Amino acid sequence: MNIKKILPQLLTLLVVILIFGFFSYNAQVNMENRGITFGYGFLSQESSFDVQFSLIEYDGSHSYFRAYLVGLLNTILVSVIGIIFATIIGVVVGIARLSNNYLINKTAAVYVEFFRNIPLLLQIFFWYFAALRALPLPQDTEPMFGVFFLTIKGFFVPAFVWNNLDVFIYSLIAALISIIFVRIYARKKQENEGIQTPVLSISIGILIILPILSFLFGGVDASVEVPVIKQLSQTGFTYEGGIKLPPELISLALALSLYTATFIAECVRAGVQGVSKGQKEAAASIGLTPNQVLKLVVMPQALRIIIPPTTNQYLNLTKNSSLAAAIAYPDLVLVFAGTALMQTGRAIEIVSITMLTYLSLSISISILMNWYNKKIAIKEK
Amino acid sequence: MFKYLKQLTSLVAMVAVLFTFTTETMAAKKSKTLKNTQKKGFVRCGVSQGLPGFSNADAAGNWTGVDVDVCRAVAAAVLGDANKVKFTPLSAKERFTALTSNEIDILSRNTTWTLSRDADIGLTFVGVNFYDGQGFMVRKNSGYSSVNDFKNGISACTNLGTTTELNMRDFFNSKGISYEPVTFEKADEVVAAYDAGRCDTYTTDKSGLAAQRIKLSSPDDHIVLPETISKEPLGPVVRQGDSVWEDIVRWSLNVMIEAEEYGVNSANADSMKTSDNPAVKRLVGAEGELGAALGLDNDWSLRIIKQVGNYGESYKRNIADTGILPDRGPNELWTKGGILYVPPAR
Repeated sequence: MNIKKILPQLLTLLVVILIFGFFSYNAQVNMENRGITFGYGFLSQESSFDVQFSLIEYDGSHSYFRAYLVGLLNTILVSVIGIIFATIIGVVVGIARLSNNYLINKTAAVYVEFFRNIPLLLQIFFWYFAALRALPLPQDTEPMFGVFFLTIKGFFVPAFVWNNLDVFIYSLIAALISIIFVRIYARKKQENEGIQTPVLSISIGILIILPILSFLFGGVDASVEVPVIKQLSQTGFTYEGGIKLPPELISLALALSLYTATFIAECVRAGVQGVSKGQKEAAASIGLTPNQVLKLVVMPQALRIIIPPTTNQYLNLTKNSSLAAAIAYPDLVLVFAGTALMQTGRAIEIVSITMLTYLSLSISISILMNWYNKKIAIKEK
Repeated sequence: MFKYLKQLTSLVAMVAVLFTFTTETMAAKKSKTLKNTQKKGFVRCGVSQGLPGFSNADAAGNWTGVDVDVCRAVAAAVLGDANKVKFTPLSAKERFTALTSNEIDILSRNTTWTLSRDADIGLTFVGVNFYDGQGFMVRKNSGYSSVNDFKNGISACTNLGTTTELNMRDFFNSKGISYEPVTFEKADEVVAAYDAGRCDTYTTDKSGLAAQRIKLSSPDDHIVLPETISKEPLGPVVRQGDSVWEDIVRWSLNVMIEAEEYGVNSANADSMKTSDNPAVKRLVGAEGELGAALGLDNDWSLRIIKQVGNYGESYKRNIADTGILPDRGPNELWTKGGILYVPPAR
């Protein structure tokens, strides 16, 4: 080993360690001077504050760690909803921008330019307060299909009350496993005999039949619980029963997906335009139908261009969801880095946990998308 | 090899310099805050983002309010000019970090004095400049006349990260009522959401309710329920560990209250120097060496009274005359049936 090669590396390492050491030492001394104690023990203490919307059972008698989980799950929930809708809107708008129809084309262009050039926080405020102004009070609302109630206090939807839910879930898992086997079988059959199997219709069939069987023979039973209106005061009403989606969640998801969809639309447009014309012409010349051209030739190549920048947009959406604190959606930042931080005063501990959590979320999304990207990348033999 | 040795030496030297620098500044000197304030020429004061009567900025950026007056009093005492204050608007979430991380030197932001805040997070409360309690505001046409009318499923808007959130839970739990807490970071959003009908009630300190009610689209359609569900002694806070600065802030506030008790106000302060009452003479610096005990000159308290006024003047100017809470309630002097009672300045 050459010392000239190792020494700069060692020096760099030393500098990094010294810098970290300096900052942690500094923080330690400053905290000691100001009488601030450090430790993560508070996580098991009783939180003694409530949260308006939670996916898991939670109230103030649970621990701060439980409050952290509540915030984390709410962040994941709004991110997943946002990603799904942003992708759908993005793909539709992106393809619309390539349309030959002048009206569709320009509408899509105006949408993209408008929504991506307004700061996201403003859009969140706009959708939230616009929603609050536009939505009816609980007693004035017109039910949709008799069971959905969209009000200023939230979107009340019917809930399923399950018997033997576990059997139903097992049936779903069994259905998914059989679909994987069908796909493997279909691929083999095509490679060996050149015969195509209608995988999609078979999959849908399995996905419907197995759960139905679980209802018929597995003792699974579900009844629907419809929200009912309840009077709180002479003029105040709310709904009880069913599931309540708070208006904060709806407007945040709406703002995030409309904003991020503009960027995804541009990725999609770039991807499709990035496939050279010769590819389509060549595919058409060997007798593929336009549908097959899109499915077998254009899309696989376009996806290679679309996926990496879209991954960035998914990451942005997840991180942007932290703006939720402005409109009272109880996400990680509001519940944990907000209320919990205030009640305990443990800024360094809580901010470090929150940062690590967002980092882990982002890295998980990256890993997932990179795996997908690799899967669709050109396989050189 | 020698080339790198030289770099290494300079690096070590640099790190050594950094460390000596920090240990030097970290050495707890007596009243570093007072020294720094006099060097800078202004008092760094943390206030709210806009609470009429307590700390609120007008269109020209002039801050007024009883919380603002505490900082002005300290500036008058320490720097001789009540206007030498730099105000930093802070959210409930930011306020303690701003103080402990040295961004401000006084936090005068309608902050409730509690044991855990005082003991836990490097803060020291110096006194109470407003006795408050948490209440509920509701729509008049709701028919609620008491908190006992609340029913399961009620939604309550409030600010996040305050004692309000905890009191609210204690209150609803003790009544066995299930409720929906809707918590915002800024008061303006709470008001907007409650105004739009998102919540059935708006809960915070009663003074806050009275002040924020003015911002509603039709204030007369809302009432504050009579019950008070918590004790909220609001007062200025300083960093732990600088007892001289702590004393200066505490006694700047106490002097304002005691001045009212002895009838000394901004108009008659000068003439009180020849008063027959030694307590009054001490208060305006004509007798005794009270300033020296705090590391200030002897006119410090006279300047506070002349430039800022006594507590009664401050209350009248900011809270009573603005129509927020014309009745002083518990914030009246102990001699007049209230609970304002401060240790004597002697």
